[in-house]
Amino acid sequence: MKSINLTKIVFVAVVLAVLVYLILPILIVVPMSFSDSRFMSFPPPGYSLRWYESFFDSLAWMSAAGTSITLAISTAVIATPLGVAAAYAIHNCDHWTVRYVKLILLLPLIVPIIIVAAGVFFIYALTGLLATMPGLILANVMLAMPYVITSVIAGLYGFDKTQEMVARSLGMNRFRAFMTVTLPQIKPSVVTGAVFAFIQALDETMVALFISGGENQTITKRMFTALRDEIDPTIASISTLLTAASFALVLLITMSRKRT
Amino acid sequence: MSTLTIPSTESPTAAVDPSVKLLKREQRTMQMLLSPALAVVTLLLVVPLGWLFLQSFYSDGFTLEHYARIFTEGIYWKTFALTFKISIIVTIAALLLGYPVAYAITRLPRRWSMVVLALVIVPFWTSILVRAYAWLVLLQRSGVVNDTLMGIGLTDSPLSLVHNELGTIIATVHILLPFMVLPLYSTMQKIPNDLLMAGSSLGASPFMVFWRVFFPMSMSGVIAGSTLVFVLCLGFYITPELMGGGRTVMASMLVSRNIQLYSDWGAASAVSVVLLVCVVLIFNIVSRFVPLEKILGSK
Repeated sequence: MKSINLTKIVFVAVVLAVLVYLILPILIVVPMSFSDSRFMSFPPPGYSLRWYESFFDSLAWMSAAGTSITLAISTAVIATPLGVAAAYAIHNCDHWTVRYVKLILLLPLIVPIIIVAAGVFFIYALTGLLATMPGLILANVMLAMPYVITSVIAGLYGFDKTQEMVARSLGMNRFRAFMTVTLPQIKPSVVTGAVFAFIQALDETMVALFISGGENQTITKRMFTALRDEIDPTIASISTLLTAASFALVLLITMSRKRT
Repeated sequence: MSTLTIPSTESPTAAVDPSVKLLKREQRTMQMLLSPALAVVTLLLVVPLGWLFLQSFYSDGFTLEHYARIFTEGIYWKTFALTFKISIIVTIAALLLGYPVAYAITRLPRRWSMVVLALVIVPFWTSILVRAYAWLVLLQRSGVVNDTLMGIGLTDSPLSLVHNELGTIIATVHILLPFMVLPLYSTMQKIPNDLLMAGSSLGASPFMVFWRVFFPMSMSGVIAGSTLVFVLCLGFYITPELMGGGRTVMASMLVSRNIQLYSDWGAASAVSVVLLVCVVLIFNIVSRFVPLEKILGSK
């Protein structure tokens, strides 16, 4: 019996250590953001709101935040209907090509992001879309669609197709049948997909490093440059705000799932 | 092919058969629904991939010089070797750290398992830039980790934990760990408890039950998680760039530097093609054992 207890203790210790490793870096950002020091010392020598002030007072950071929020909202608004339409078609079609179509649509998840970034950069350099908002949105729509598609396909699996057929046989056209019968029932999966699309666009850094710039620079590109060149403590306050925003969105998903 | 030819060969009257007409209409609707999504991916990803492929063989005519360079120039093949080395270390570390956690989530009482699962998912939702910053704070010379190590007397002088390979690995494992834990957890969850009880009722020790019953049944999760972590790590850019202090050069950095610093598309595209071929080969081999959807499911 004693040896079992010992393995158990070692096991619990390992799991706890891994959990500390996972969570510590996320927690440490919060006190750092309230530091009153210019240096990255922990614990901070004193507390203040100066790094939040330096974020909200900086035109450059504010403009980058604005770009990122506009980008994230536009991406979710565009990628969600495109993804839902594609997921619906994939789910309802049994043509032999569907497998390959699905593979192409999931390609942005398979190809290493650096290669995606290089490819988009090349196309945008040719078409003059570099450092433009439409260019940023289009690239993020491509990156976000797979999340919407996989989420909605999973939602459609749990939905009884015959209900939509009944609505159509009673004279509704396909679009109305979908909107009034199917959509309300797969809503949680659509909301999840939309939130994923939003977060993906807010978080996306690699492609933004290549294609965003000028007045259309995303907050992630600015953060990356700031982290690489000289560490500006403003990063801590932005990090805290970003993390808080992600949590709020995850809560939103969980709540929307619980309601149904 | 077969479904396409059925209408024309089955009977000559098929063209006027209303069900065939309906089927055609149905297919047109589906095409219409798919086309916007397909157009975006084709234009922004499939076309550039094709162009990169052509470019990798081009320099005033057909050439293999861009590929030859990868194998002859030290910086190129050393970078690929380092990329594979780091990816292997990260995958093994993530497996060793992730397996006990996934196991704990499946074994713990429900309330606790939800807490542990939440602690795994929370970092998943945190920006990798935020985490890079946090690791810079934690691992710097006078950071928390060094202070603690010196405090408990494990070392006399601060260790260099960041701006090198070690820092890159610590931060990369942190980012990729959830990609290991989630597929492991979803596989372990499906292992029926009855089998484990049957094992122990037949006299196997808890260790034997784990090693001979549970572990082999969790293999598909191990494969799915390891593949995902390895492949993601092969293409990692942001973390090694920030944590590696410019010395830990990975394959993705060769692509980025060749484009942004030297505008050398030939070199950049050859590196991209080699990287992509590695990724596709790995997915292709692994998908014979574990379906691709299962691997990408948690991404």
